[in-house]
Amino acid sequence: MDTLLSPLAALGRATLSLLAAIGSVAIFAADAVSQILRPPLYVREFGTALLTIGWFSLPVVALTTLFTGGALALQIYAGGARFNAEAVVPQIVAIGMVRELGPVLTGLMVSGRVASAIAAELGTMKVTEQIDALTTLSTNPMKYLAAPRILAATLALPLLAGVGDVIGIMGGYLVGTSRLDFNAATYLTNTAQFLVAGDVVSGLVKAAVFGFIVALMGCYHGMNSGRGAEGVGRATTNAVVSSSVMILASNYVLTELFFSA
Amino acid sequence: MIELSGVHKSFGAKHVLQGIDLTIPRGESMVVIGGSGTGKSVLLKCILGLVRPDAGSITLDSEDVTRADRDAFLARFGMLFQGGALFDSMTVWQNVAFRLLRGTQKRPKAEAREIAIEKLRRVGLQPETADLFPAELSGGMQKRVGLARAIAAEPEIIFFDEPTTGLDPIMSGVINDLIREIVTEMGATAMTITHDMTSVRAIADRVAMLHNGVIQWTGPVAGMDASGDPYLDQFIHGRATGPIEAVR
Repeated sequence: MDTLLSPLAALGRATLSLLAAIGSVAIFAADAVSQILRPPLYVREFGTALLTIGWFSLPVVALTTLFTGGALALQIYAGGARFNAEAVVPQIVAIGMVRELGPVLTGLMVSGRVASAIAAELGTMKVTEQIDALTTLSTNPMKYLAAPRILAATLALPLLAGVGDVIGIMGGYLVGTSRLDFNAATYLTNTAQFLVAGDVVSGLVKAAVFGFIVALMGCYHGMNSGRGAEGVGRATTNAVVSSSVMILASNYVLTELFFSA
Repeated sequence: MIELSGVHKSFGAKHVLQGIDLTIPRGESMVVIGGSGTGKSVLLKCILGLVRPDAGSITLDSEDVTRADRDAFLARFGMLFQGGALFDSMTVWQNVAFRLLRGTQKRPKAEAREIAIEKLRRVGLQPETADLFPAELSGGMQKRVGLARAIAAEPEIIFFDEPTTGLDPIMSGVINDLIREIVTEMGATAMTITHDMTSVRAIADRVAMLHNGVIQWTGPVAGMDASGDPYLDQFIHGRATGPIEAVR
């Protein structure tokens, strides 16, 4: 009987631990949001977070979107040529970058760069009792550590994605005008006339959600890190993996919402 | 006065604290001894509210620590952590003055720095160390900075978590003397957890021994050697054989 039931028991255990994890992330997120909404804000920590999450992510976001925009132009040209629609390259590159690839690539790159860094930093602080020390010094770690980082990432990601959109379109433009014989002025006019405000806004909203996810997962895994170097290592890995998966999953949900709207 | 009664705490199947009864009178220096993994740190964290006990009550001046206003409650405490727990991203003086730079005890930066330097001097560090980062200091110096941070806001109660672990015998002696002097001159209530018997004799007014999740023995430090308690005797003389089972 036991052997019959053991797969079911394992399934039950896995389901319960998944639900427990979702619950504890949700409680953590609610606490973090309530700390962000209630003054005071630790301005210096917020400024530092904005700089490390936003400004220092610019090069990696710029490079990623530049090359992707270029590759996208070539692919769309190749696909379009099959039914004599090569001329749509500027429009599809623009819509693809702004609505989808700009925010998603920015989110994933920042996840690799920032979620890992936050998890490693806070995990080390947890392991060396610095987080307990904060509490004994009458400072709420959620307010001092998590709130500034999550707010900074939520505000920085749309800006980064916006820059990424422009650079991605520029990548397409460079390839389009140099390799694919597009007229420079026509390429830009087509791009500008085709895009509507909703395309851009929906992409930036996505980016804000991704920013929230990246910093939330970094803080959550860091502050719940296990003991020792191994615990911090696992927290870092979990932060990157979970934030990447959540970015892609929430991207689908958001796209579906914007699509229906 | 801190009073613990019937405090229980489990982690999973591990029943770490199994009914702790302990009273720490105001102005006394209590040292809790016990082997590694007996729950000394858990006990300390329960009093601070960092760990919530499963059962029992902990009161500070008759007020339940879990119901107290957290900020006002924690403002009465200072704590020296085992590894120092200094903030890596801040300079030494910013660490020491942490509580004085934010929150209810906030004061102007220059004044906070001055207090920090004075506290650093009190623990035997030169003013030049103020602008260094914790990573640039030796273990003993980090402990001193941790001590300066614990006393910076003149707390009524100070906790010391294994203050001499990882230090050489001479530096241990220096830290023990500093703790004793500071506790006496501030008139603070102190609670230290350690398994270093030299520390116990240097710091304690009263001693409590934690074993198997309960307070096995408690009494004044002078009565420790003639307690007649076989557990305490084995511990203070460091014998491998006796009622406390040691895995070889």
